[in-house]
Amino acid sequence: MDFDRTAEYAQHHGEEEGKKMRKTIWIIFWVLLAVTTVEVSLGLVWKQWGLNWQFVKWTFILLTLVKAYYIVAYYMHLKHEFKNFIYAVALPYIVLVLYLIVMALTEAIYVHGEDMIM
Amino acid sequence: MAGISPSVDKNNLWGGGFSPFNVSYGKIMMWFFLVSDAFTFSALLISYGFMRHRFEELWPVAEEVFTHFPFLHGDHPLLYVALMTFILIMSSVTMVLAVEAGHRMNRNGVILWMALTIVGGLIFVGSQAWEWYHFIHGTEWGALQLADGTIAQWVDGAKNAFTLPNGTTMSGAEAAAMIQSGTEVYGANLTVNEYGVPLFGDFFFFITGFHGTHVFSGVVINFIIFVNVLKGTYEKRGHYEMVEKVGLYWHFVDLVWVFVFTFFYLI
Repeated sequence: MDFDRTAEYAQHHGEEEGKKMRKTIWIIFWVLLAVTTVEVSLGLVWKQWGLNWQFVKWTFILLTLVKAYYIVAYYMHLKHEFKNFIYAVALPYIVLVLYLIVMALTEAIYVHGEDMIM
Repeated sequence: MAGISPSVDKNNLWGGGFSPFNVSYGKIMMWFFLVSDAFTFSALLISYGFMRHRFEELWPVAEEVFTHFPFLHGDHPLLYVALMTFILIMSSVTMVLAVEAGHRMNRNGVILWMALTIVGGLIFVGSQAWEWYHFIHGTEWGALQLADGTIAQWVDGAKNAFTLPNGTTMSGAEAAAMIQSGTEVYGANLTVNEYGVPLFGDFFFFITGFHGTHVFSGVVINFIIFVNVLKGTYEKRGHYEMVEKVGLYWHFVDLVWVFVFTFFYLI
C-alpha cells in the first residue's frame, strides 16, 4: 500500500492568488516591525517618561503575544488549517504552559530567602 | 491559501483514506515536534523567571550588560539586539516568500528567497557569537567579588571604592579591607559573572546557546533543502512541500527569539 499521500495535500496556487498572498506577507512584516519598534522605543524611554514598570512590563508581554500570534497564524499558516488541527497543536501547549506558569507564580514566594547567593 | 481541498467529503473526514487534518504526515509530525520543542523553551524561560524572582536584588539589568554596538563607542542599550531581531524577522519573511514561490512552482523564486534566508540566518548566528564574545570578555575595569560572593561595581578606574548591590558606596580603610579579601573578576562564564549573579550568565549561555543551536541547525537544514531545489528534486516531485516543512521550523526559531528578546532583554 502506498502511504505517501503528500502530493494530495500539497498546495498550489496561481499568479493571481500568489500576488494577494505576497501582499499579506508584507503587511504582516510591517506589523511585526512596528511592534518591535514600539517595544524597543518603550524600553529606551520608559524611565525618562516616568512610566510605571508594571505597566511597561505587561505591555511588553502583550506585544510579544501579538507578534507570536501573527507569526504562528500567518507565517506558519496555522490559521488556515482545519480547526481540529489547530486544536491538536495549540491546546496541549496552552494548557501545559499555563499550568507551569501558575506553578511558578504560586510557588516562587517560598524560595525567596536570604540564605544563598551562588 | 487553499483551505479545504475539494476532494474531501467533510462528512467522511474520519472514515479513512484521507488525512482528517487535510495535512500530510510529514507536516503533522513537524508541528508536533515544534510543540515539544516549544515546551523545552517555555520551561527554560519560566525557570529563568523563577530564579530571577528568587535573586531579584542581585539580578543584573540586561540593558546595562549588553550595551555594545559594532564600530560605535559608548553605551547603546538594546540597539544591537534590536538589529538581531530585525534580521531574524527579515529572514522569516524571505522564508515565507520562498514557500509562496514554491506554491507557484516557481523554482527561481524559491532559490532566491531561500538563499536570502540562509544569509540572514548566518548573519544572526554571527551576531550572537559577537554578543557572547563581549559578555565573556567583560568590561574594561571588571568588578569586585567580595568574600561572600556578592558582586560590587567599581566607582572608577582607581579601584579603591565600590558600590554594593543595595546602592551603598564603600571607600576608605573599610573598603580596602574588603578589597583585600575579595577577588577581581572580569566578564562572565558559568561560575563567575562580573555583572551580578552567576545564574544570570548560566541562563544567558544556556537559553541563547540553545536557541543559537536551533538557528545553526536551521541554517544547515535550509542549506540541504536549498541544494535539493538547485538540483530540481522538488520540480520532479511536483511540489515544494519540503520547503514548507523547513519553513515551519525556521518560523519557530524566529518565534522563540521573539520571546527570548522580551524576557531576556526587555523585562
